[in-house]
Amino acid sequence: MQEKDVYAELTSIRNLMERSAKFISLHGLSGVLAGIYALAGAYIGYRIVYQAGTGMVYRDYYISDGGIILKLAMVALAVLMASIATGVLFSIRKARLNGQQIWNPASKGMLVHAGIPLVTGGLLILILLVRGHFGIIAPACLVFYGLALVSASYYTFQDVRRLGLCEIALGLGAALLPGYGLLFWAAGFGVLHILYGLIMYYKYDNRK
Amino acid sequence: MLEQFDKAFESRIRLHIMSVLVANESFDFSSLKDLLDVTDGNLASHLKALEKEEYISVSKSFVGRKPNTRYTATKRGREAFSNHLEALEKLIKQQK
Repeated sequence: MQEKDVYAELTSIRNLMERSAKFISLHGLSGVLAGIYALAGAYIGYRIVYQAGTGMVYRDYYISDGGIILKLAMVALAVLMASIATGVLFSIRKARLNGQQIWNPASKGMLVHAGIPLVTGGLLILILLVRGHFGIIAPACLVFYGLALVSASYYTFQDVRRLGLCEIALGLGAALLPGYGLLFWAAGFGVLHILYGLIMYYKYDNRK
Repeated sequence: MLEQFDKAFESRIRLHIMSVLVANESFDFSSLKDLLDVTDGNLASHLKALEKEEYISVSKSFVGRKPNTRYTATKRGREAFSNHLEALEKLIKQQK
């Protein structure tokens, strides 16, 4: 066996181990786009609240009008849907370019492990919303989303774990500073996504 | 030197099957087939060979009506795999 054959063999083994255990078709640009959607959503959210006459400075606990909450929820839902669709489309394209399967044990593992904290958090937020605890929405969204990222990171790039930890920290910060929910929300879902999307893009997608 | 190489891993496909199983808790037949890009019969015969060496264990179940066969690396298989990798690394070092 030639030395370069051994190297090639070791490389292909490592490649297989990574490809089988990790979902590596996440695309950095889908993170950037998700961040842009979130910032747009936050701006629309701000307008909705502003037009309702609650003043220039957004304060979470000022909103108790059901109509406004419903509108804000629709905006958040639209942002979520657009982000998921973008992520899936980019992943399918990346997987196809690399000749990989999109639906494999790693992607299943990632979805299940991200899904548990996400669904738990979503239900908890809905319950609290119904009971009138509006102030909890922004911190809870960020904290549970962060937890979902941390647990999904075992099935994909390790960078996702750090993004998750940042989201958790922001969520806790939002809980400490009630009234700045939308600001934290925009920072977590908008700015952080764009930042991490760019890092991931230059690290994994743009290398030659 | 060469006797340190495991006969069971002489086939690249078998070595590749083993690397996937070592990196994962368990893996099912069709995902393995997609990943390694081999035919049913080819994969089945290599899996059988590894099973015979007791490097992997097989568990069969049904998902709905479809049979679902999962493979897991045994302790013996993991040791054999890491010995084989060590032998490969040694070979590289010796040639330097």
